[in-house]
Amino acid sequence: MRLTMKHLFWLKLAIHLLAILPVVYLILLIILDKAGGDPVQYIIHYTGIGALNTLVILLCISPIARKFKQGVLIQTRRVIGLYVFAYANLHIFAFISLDLLFAWSLLFEEVVKRPYILVGAVSYIILFLLSITSFKALRRKMGKRWQQLHNLVYLLALLVPIHFYWSVKSEVIEPGIYIALTSLLLLIRSPLPKLFLEFYLRLKNKLGSLTSS
Amino acid sequence: MHFIKRPSWDTVKSSDITPESVFNDRRNIIKALGLGAIGASIPGQVQAGIFDLFGKSQPSTPFITSPLAFTVNKGFELSEAKTPFSKVSTHNNFYEFGTSKSDPVENSQGLKVDPWSLVIDGEVDNPITLGFEDLTKMMALEERTYRLRCVEAWSMVVPWVGFPLAALLKKVGVNSRAKYVAFETLFDPDQMPGQKSRLMGGGIHYPYVEGLTLAEAMNDLSFLAVGLYGKSLPPQNGAPIRLVVPWKYGFKSIKSLVRIRVMDKRPPTSWNQLAPQEYGFYANVNPDVDHPRWSQASERRIGEGGLFSATRIKTRPFNGYQEQVADLYRDLDLRRNY
Repeated sequence: MRLTMKHLFWLKLAIHLLAILPVVYLILLIILDKAGGDPVQYIIHYTGIGALNTLVILLCISPIARKFKQGVLIQTRRVIGLYVFAYANLHIFAFISLDLLFAWSLLFEEVVKRPYILVGAVSYIILFLLSITSFKALRRKMGKRWQQLHNLVYLLALLVPIHFYWSVKSEVIEPGIYIALTSLLLLIRSPLPKLFLEFYLRLKNKLGSLTSS
Repeated sequence: MHFIKRPSWDTVKSSDITPESVFNDRRNIIKALGLGAIGASIPGQVQAGIFDLFGKSQPSTPFITSPLAFTVNKGFELSEAKTPFSKVSTHNNFYEFGTSKSDPVENSQGLKVDPWSLVIDGEVDNPITLGFEDLTKMMALEERTYRLRCVEAWSMVVPWVGFPLAALLKKVGVNSRAKYVAFETLFDPDQMPGQKSRLMGGGIHYPYVEGLTLAEAMNDLSFLAVGLYGKSLPPQNGAPIRLVVPWKYGFKSIKSLVRIRVMDKRPPTSWNQLAPQEYGFYANVNPDVDHPRWSQASERRIGEGGLFSATRIKTRPFNGYQEQVADLYRDLDLRRNY
């Protein structure tokens, strides 16, 4: 079935629900005392993973749309991208309010001193720029530069998992999986696999013609 | 005279007031409404999907703790507010039961502590093995309130019940070759899921091991705790017996001890093995030496009250115990020996 613009409304509704439900779930966990006795680290981790998961879903949209010829899916990228930004806001707000308790001097010290927080801060700035330029009118106005700016999402796909990997004490398996996943999503977009395939086919042809002669 | 008319929604009818018994019982009422079942089925790990909402609840009977007979050691009372038991017993790092803070309380309630055996051996005159009963009966128990500073930059204030490590070491008699004391946690993958799966156990090589110099172990602050808030330890806090060294980061205070071995060489320690550039052998609380990835200059004190009640305070050298322990490190460069 080919999705059309008529389906877009329902698609977006589903996206809104899927994006908001985990936040409701988190609030439920906190109210029911299921996020631990001191849920601060839990909340920061939960919202951070929320942003990362949404980013991974976002990066899956274009390849899926292309593969299954569902052009309408492309239209959902803006709202999904804005949810990445929303989760990142929750993540940073939780860090500043619940962990640092608004010790701003400490925040700036940490950003400068800690590579993992610096990487997180750079990621947030990129997300911020992409979000405020996501309006249609602005897109038209910016012309070619809009696409150049929004290609930064690929940089984001590298930085965010590194931020996660660097932040953990020892549990590197999960962040490792995310690094592999986003690398794969970047790789399928790059010309590399295509070039390899062409090279392989040419080599095969050459060898074939050599042996047949 | 009525100058201000109360709107109808602002008048409380007696039928609107929640009876006290209902208010006090609100948690059970939430449970009865089925929300409890949702809560009980929610696993600690964030990765667990939303579909767990519809999973069936697993009622885990909580571990039974019992009151202990002890005296309060007035020398170790603190003016700082204690962290309530509800938080001390639900916010734990005990990777044997999972790496999330809420995993230990969820996964450890079935831990068998009776029978137990704690071996004290190595460079000692009279090696002994203590059984479950011995842990609370052999030594006179006292209560001490200590600050606990985690390497992750949060802290608590905890009233422990137990006895000084030195008292036990004097009992077994350390010999002249003794230089270090090594500690080991229970290794039982059937009871400790983190020891079974690398994903759950955070990549630590189990059993978890720790160590102190003999002088550190003999310092009066070094404490073997068998209880918490007047009752025997719950599993997530290291039942049935654990070490508490309050001037060092929390990971030195090893839990659920099965062996204390006096040695002539420095023993390996778990976090140091895993990341030597981040965790040293000494691991003394030190605001001037940052963790490579975060600052140790301040800490978030987990106190009473809700989510927004924590405070950020300055971290003190040796966690505020410099008077008692600074002498131990007179000739040591604490920047290099972190």
